[in-house]
Parts: sequence; C-alpha cells; structure tokens
Amino acid sequence: MAEQQQVLERVIIKFAGDSGDGMQLTGTQFTNTAALLGNDLSTFPDFPAEIRAPQGTIPGVSGYQLHFGSVNIFTPGDACDVLVVMNAAALKANLRNLQKGGTIIANTDGFDPKNLRLANYPDGVNPLHDGSLEGFRLITMDVTKMTRAALSDSGLGVKEIDRAKNMFVLGFLYWMYNRDMAHTEKFLVEKFSKKPEILEANMKVLKAGYNFGETSETVGVRYRVLPAPMPAGTYRNIMGNQATAIGLVAASQKCGLDLFLGSYPITPASDILHELSKYKNFGVHTYQAEDEIAAICAVIGAAFGGKLAITTSSGPGIALKGEAMGLGIMLELPMVIINVQRGGPSTGLPTKTEQSDLFQAMYGRNGEAPMPVIAAKSPADCFDTIYEACRIAVEFMTPVMFLSDGYIANGSEPWRFPQSGDLTAFKGNFITESNGDKFLPYKRDEKLSRPWAIPGTKGLEHRIGGLEKQHETGNISYDPENHEFMVRMREAKVAKVADYIPTQTIDNGNEKGKLLVVGWGSTYGAIKAAVKEARAKGLDVSHAHLRYINPFPKNLGELLYNFDKVLVPEMNTGQLNSILRDKFMIPSIGLNKIKGLPFSTSEILAKIEELSK
Amino acid sequence: MSVATNSSEAAAYTSKDLVTDQEVRWCPGCGDYSILKQVQTVVPELGIPREDIVFISGIGCSSRFPYYMETFGMHSIHGRAAAIVSGLKSVRPELSVWMVSGDGDSLSIGGNHFIHLLRRNFDVNLLLFNNEIYGLTKGQYSPTSEEGKVTKSTPMGSVDHPFNPIALALGADGTFVARSMDRDPVHLKEMLRRSNAHKGTSFLEIYQNCNVFNDGAFEVFTEKSSKKEETLFVEHGKPLVFGQNSDKGVKLDGFKPVVVDLNDGQNSANDLWIHDERDRVKAGILSRFFDRAQPGATHFPRPFGVFYVEDRACYETGLKAQIETAKSKKADLDALLKGRETWVIG
Ligand SMILES: Cc1ncc(C[n+]2csc(CCOP(=O)(O)OP(=O)(O)O)c2C)c(N)n1
Ligand code: SF4
Ligand SMILES: [Mg+2]
Repeated sequence: MAEQQQVLERVIIKFAGDSGDGMQLTGTQFTNTAALLGNDLSTFPDFPAEIRAPQGTIPGVSGYQLHFGSVNIFTPGDACDVLVVMNAAALKANLRNLQKGGTIIANTDGFDPKNLRLANYPDGVNPLHDGSLEGFRLITMDVTKMTRAALSDSGLGVKEIDRAKNMFVLGFLYWMYNRDMAHTEKFLVEKFSKKPEILEANMKVLKAGYNFGETSETVGVRYRVLPAPMPAGTYRNIMGNQATAIGLVAASQKCGLDLFLGSYPITPASDILHELSKYKNFGVHTYQAEDEIAAICAVIGAAFGGKLAITTSSGPGIALKGEAMGLGIMLELPMVIINVQRGGPSTGLPTKTEQSDLFQAMYGRNGEAPMPVIAAKSPADCFDTIYEACRIAVEFMTPVMFLSDGYIANGSEPWRFPQSGDLTAFKGNFITESNGDKFLPYKRDEKLSRPWAIPGTKGLEHRIGGLEKQHETGNISYDPENHEFMVRMREAKVAKVADYIPTQTIDNGNEKGKLLVVGWGSTYGAIKAAVKEARAKGLDVSHAHLRYINPFPKNLGELLYNFDKVLVPEMNTGQLNSILRDKFMIPSIGLNKIKGLPFSTSEILAKIEELSK
Repeated sequence: MSVATNSSEAAAYTSKDLVTDQEVRWCPGCGDYSILKQVQTVVPELGIPREDIVFISGIGCSSRFPYYMETFGMHSIHGRAAAIVSGLKSVRPELSVWMVSGDGDSLSIGGNHFIHLLRRNFDVNLLLFNNEIYGLTKGQYSPTSEEGKVTKSTPMGSVDHPFNPIALALGADGTFVARSMDRDPVHLKEMLRRSNAHKGTSFLEIYQNCNVFNDGAFEVFTEKSSKKEETLFVEHGKPLVFGQNSDKGVKLDGFKPVVVDLNDGQNSANDLWIHDERDRVKAGILSRFFDRAQPGATHFPRPFGVFYVEDRACYETGLKAQIETAKSKKADLDALLKGRETWVIG
C-alpha cells in the first residue's frame, strides 16, 4: 500500500456514541496522548441531559469534542473535521456540526435496522447507503464484528467483549494520526491492574484497531500534527471545575486557613464538591447541606469561626442564597460564592452553558448590597481567578462572587501549572488579642476592611447581625444619617478593591483603534480566535477580556474611549453590555447568543467584519 | 451540648459579666426576660470560658437574645440559625454554641434546617422560645398556634393543624428532647444545665408568654390555681405523678396511657409508669400528652422535663475523625498542582 502522509495544522474531532459506548474515555485518551506529543488543545464534553436516556436514541448520545494542533488553540472548535459515530443516533445528532467535506468514521453495526429506527430514520433508509452523505468522506467499519473477532478466544462474554469496542476506534485513530499508543497502554495497565483478562482484551482490541488501519486500505492517507509552539514549561491537562477546586485548596494553604465548603449538589457545579471532598488531608471540610440556603448559612458560620469558607452552586441555587449573601455583606465576613452558570431561567437548560447570571451576581439581593464579582475565562484560568476571589474576600472581609459556566467547567485545556512557591501568600485581618479598650468590630483599616475577631479570642466578645449597625461599634442603629453613611461605606469598600487589582490590559491588538471587542468569561477562546483571524486579514480590531467586573479595573473607561466602536459578545441578551453602557455611557454594541451553546469563532468574526466595513 | 472545661479560673465571671451595654428591648412583662435571666445565671456555673461561648439566633423577638449576652454572638436571618451553627460547629467543635429561636423561626421558615440539625446531632443547645405566635411581626398565628386561633391573619380562626414540637424533634431523631417554661425558674435552670451537659443537639422547648399578642397561652400550666392539675414534671426513674395533692398518676395499659386516682384504693404509686429518659417508645407516648382535649378523650397533664436522651455520635466528631485519618496522607500542594500526568515543552 502506497501510504501517503499529510501534515495538518489543526484538527477537530468529535467522538459520539451511545452513553454506554465509552466515548468520553476514548476522547480523553486521545486528548492526553495529543498533549503528551506537544499539541496545544481544547476539549469539550457533551453529555446527554438525561442520565439513563434510552439506548440508541438521540437523547442518549454522548459526545466529546477535541481541537488539537501545531498552532495555538483557543476553543474546542466550531464545526468538526472528523466525526466518529458509533451508531445512527450519534450521526443524526452531530452531522450538522460537521464541516463540508469532513470525514465520517462510522461503526456499521450501529446502523442496523433497530438502531436506525431508534434514531428516527424512516423505514428502509440507511444514511450510510442512500447517498445522503455524498458531500463527506465516509469511512465505514464494523467495529463490533472486528472487536468480537479479535476476542473470539478470550473466554469473555459478549457483553464484556463489546465493552472494548471503543478501544478499536481509538486504535484506528491513533494509526490515522500517527500517534504513539504507549500512553493509553500505560493507562490501561493501571486501570485494569486487578482484572488481567479485561486488560488483555482492551490491549488486544486497541492494537487490532491500529492494525486494521495499517492493513486495510480503508484510508489511503495518514496525518501528522506537529507539536505546537507553547511557552516552555511543564504542563498538565485540566478541566475548569477541577482547576477551581485545586485553586481553592491552594488559596487555603497560602492563607493558612482551613477550607470549608458548604454546598448542595447541582449541575454543573457538583464536581467542585466531589473534587474537594477528596482533599480532606489538606484540612478541607466539605459539608453537603440540606439545601442551598443551608449551604451558604453554614459558610457564614464557618467564616465567623475563622475559616476560608466557600459555597458552590448554579443559578437556581444562587437565587436561593440571595438573602444570606446580604447577611454576609452586612456581617462583612469573607466568603466566596461560586456560580457555575447554566442556561436559565428556572431549571432552564441544566447541561447547557450560558452567561445569563451576571445581573444576578451584580444586583440579585435586597437592599444596596454590592459585592466584588470576578469571572474566569477558560478552564485553566479558573485556578488563578478563584485564587484571586479568595484573596479579595479575605483581605477585604467581604463575600465575593466567582463566575464560571458549564462550558469552562467541563472543558479542558493544557495548563502550565505553577509551583506552590510561585503563589503569593495572603492573610486574614485577624485580631488576636484585646488591647484593653472596648473592641470596635467595625473599625476599618486603609482597605476599609474590618477586623476578623473569632470566637475563642479572649476579651473580644462581640455581637454582629443583619440589622443596620453603627459605624465602628457595630451596635444596632436606626439613625438615618448612619444608615446612609454605612450604605455608602459598604459601597466604597467594594470600590476600593479597584486599588488592589491589576489594570485592564489588551489581550490582542492595539491600545487605540477602530474596534474593541470586550468579553468576559468563557467567550474568551472564541473572541481570541476571531480577533486573531480578523487581524490576520488586516482589520483594525483589538480584544480586551474582563476578569474583574465589580469593581472594574480603574483604567477601563479610558481604554474603552480609545476605540471608535466597542463590541460585546455575550451568551445572554446583553448584560455586561448594559453595565458598560450604564457605567461609561458608551454606545457599545452587543452580539448575543442565547442557545445554550458557546459562540463559534466564525460568528464573532462575521460581526467584526460587519462592523469593520 | 457539652463543653468540658472546669478550670475555676476560666469560669471566673458572674451573671453580671454576661450583661451587655445594650438596652433590652422586649415588651415589659415578656417571658423572654425571665429566660435571659436564667441563662445568665446558669452559664457562669458551667465552667466555660466566656470567649468560647457563642449565641446564634434567627429573627424574631426571641432572636434578639444574643445582643444581651456578653459572649460572641450573631443575630442572623429568619429561620437559618440552625444552618449557621452547623457550619460553625463543623469547623470549631470546641466552642460552646447556643442557638436561640422562636416557634416561627425554627418550625416555619426554618423547619428544614431544624430537622436536619437534630438528625446530624451537632453538639449545640437549641433553645426554642415557643409563644405560639409571631411576636415580632405583631401577632399572626404560628405553626404552634392551636386550630381555630383568631389572630390578625386568621380573623375567622386558623384552619392549620399545629406542630407538636416535642414529637417533631423525636421524629427528627433528636438525641435530647426536653420542655420547660419561662415562669418556672428553678426548672428552667435545671433544664438548661441538662441541655448543656448533653453531647449532641439538645432541644429545649421553652413555653414563653407573649403578653402582648398571645397573653395567657400557657396560663393553665403556669398559674398556681391550675399548675398542679395541668402539668406533669417528669424525672428519670420516678413515677408519673401529678395533681393538686400529688394524688393522680399515669399508668400504662399496654401502650395506652391511663390517668388514675391514687386515692381510690385501687392504684398505688408502684403501679405507675416510671419515667425512663432512654426509652424512645415511651418518650413518643409522652410527647402525645399534648393534643388539646378532644370531646370524650382522656385529658392528660402537659409533661415538662427531659422526655428523651440518647448517646449518638455528633456530625462534627465524624468529620474531624475523617480529616484526621486523611491527614495521614501528606498534604503536598505541589503534587496536587502537578496532578497525575504532565509533559514538558521546550
Ligand atoms: C425572610 C423573612 N421573612 C419574614 C420575616 C418577618 N418575620 C420576622 S420575625 C417573624 C416571625 C417571628 O416569630 P417567631 O419566630 O415565633 O419569633 P417571636 O417573635 O415570636 O419570638 C417574621 C415572619 C423576616 N424577617 N424575614
Ligand atoms: S411582642 Fe410578645 S414576644 Fe415580642 S417582646 Fe413583646 S411580649 Fe415579647
Ligand atoms: Mg413566636
């Protein structure tokens, strides 16, 4: 066979199959191998909304998208180049997301009459044979049959044998993309160390898939994707929720306070609870409360007790926490409220992503109740951003809202992780002994922050509460002048944070010009890629991405005024855009997508081009 | 709850040292005053350093309590004190934590947290001031108000069936369940001491007169003329005797309680139900000496005292033990940052 080799700059592969087909594992294995070979990458899993959707149906399809390349990669990618489908439903669910001329790798066994019916194809129609896939390159193989053949004398039952099918596909793709299988082999050895027959079966099928590529003439071309030019260093792959959890542990270690997490399970935030509950050896206390109100109230109790206290949830749970957040603001105790946003309102789209809780974060409490709001832009950035949230909370004695979303929570990317020694330590405003005078719990320092006097400290007994309090003494006060003073004081304290955060920088492009694209949160990758392409086309466009939303960095206004036009892409109806207009009185333009799906690079690029005309 | 500290130096403070500089703002004649006084009397006897004591309340008249105790304190939000003490106890098991709440605060808006606190058995003292009314919001009926109660929000009488707080606490697997009243300082102090001595959530329901919106709700239990007939003070190992001249008793006929006359020559104190705090089934029966007289049904006196006690592990003890166990594994932040798989570029 005259084998051809072709070098590609980047590839987007989507692995799709029934929930039971092991596509998440296939995807992660291919990803880890790509990472070890030095590619830059970004991934996004696409889980079915129902846990036990009927097998073979479209709601039961589970997917995993990987974008990898020898160039810098910013998003899991728009339309995919290669679509791997284990059954008819997987094809039906994902075909519209395949590039024109893209490749389909289909398991023919998943296209039998039963699977076709379950995927709602009309009687007698099989897309693999009816010519409807003509615009694509179709590679078919009977994965089930070949897996069974490879394991015919393994002594395993059919069910166990079929479970190894995904390894065949993985082996085939490793061949197709010239990848070394050593990583996956090592993984299998560890995973099945106690089940030698299963280990052997998986290894065998993995190799069978690879060999099938080599010996069959199904595909004439093999591809190479070279390492990407990434900054030198040691990397690991990380998902957003994982980075958030690790960031919390790091912050707890670096401020010398045990971590307390009060939480109630909710998609897509639960993984932070799961992850943190593994780190009890770091002094992490996880508490699964009876509801979200109890979770944040337990956090208030733990903060009063002197710990680094965190609560995690998503929109519906954050709504329940509203009153208690107000109490946190009145008590001026440090705590971080994490919202891993999902599609709303109400139960909304639990497994889909959206940025529609920014107003809730900014204004979702009774009374004048400001708190710092900060947002992570990518899976790895969750680490730095949550660390920063903890620092602000502890240094300013305030609740802080940290925003992430389903897209970055479950997405992954390579992370040049820091050494613990690189992380800047910070510390609480503790007062550990009485100086003999009457203790003033609301006497403020230069940050307008108050002292943290915890139970157990002799001579500092005092009472705090949700009623308006007198300046400095903290005693209940209904005095009109004092109330206005205190409202403005709490506001000024949050505003003061701006003196202790970096100024806003331009991520890409010039400091002045025709068009500035301003984003926040998980739109980062798509905006970054779009602006890069637009600039390559010669357009005068820059990109600034906000981590700090309340307060804004001090130079933000100046920066915005330096551009003729400002474009604000958001996965909501224009929440940041409203805040920018309100604060800076600029006619900024919104680009809004409310489909539960992230922006594609091309959508943003098209808008940039339109505005650059 | 129990906090073991007996150093005489630690407890070197008196009731006066527990008084704050804040003016007490309850209505004159409110039962809350007496409860505050008994708490301020008992606490210095307990041998707990003042700085290790925390009072946490929700919202309501009763929940003003922490402002009047010269200890650490928090006046929080309506119904949520149970959740706050849970968080505090999770991280600071060594503190002496007291929760003060009302019938609306704990049984209405905070009902969920209330049952979960009891189930988890955090080592705290929960003082529930039951005045069978919403005091702070000026007199609406509460979840402990009797059926038919006429209040501002129920001009035709309430159609709600009330909670029986003792039965509810037993049902939520409370490990210490007791009742006392504002007008019996001696008994109340004893119940406060017992609450403190118990390790676990000590639920103490205190009948408290709201003389403004529900005056006399507990009159039959507190007034001299009726107290002896209408109340039953239970003590571990003692027979259930009540009545003007201690001339009545309660006997168990199978699971059925029967009121007997000790003077009729047919029953003696030896035949009576002997109170056993550790008997869950009997505590359940006792908790039902509550329902207001139904036509034809036996009228029982209202029990006061400790209904039930059980030793059960506290949540914070289990959590702490897990953390100690986990700490046998080194907490290596660099290893955590690094994860399982890494690769090097450049
Ligand atoms: C979220 C919320 N809802 C309602 C209220 C109004 N409110 C304050 S206290 C209270 C009821 C108090 O009754 P109870 O708990 O029995 O305490 P008491 O005043 O009788 O001691 C209500 C409804 C509030 N403060 N917060
Ligand atoms: S309203 Fe009732 S409960 Fe409240 S302070 Fe007055 S008397 Fe006491
Ligand atoms: Mg009440």
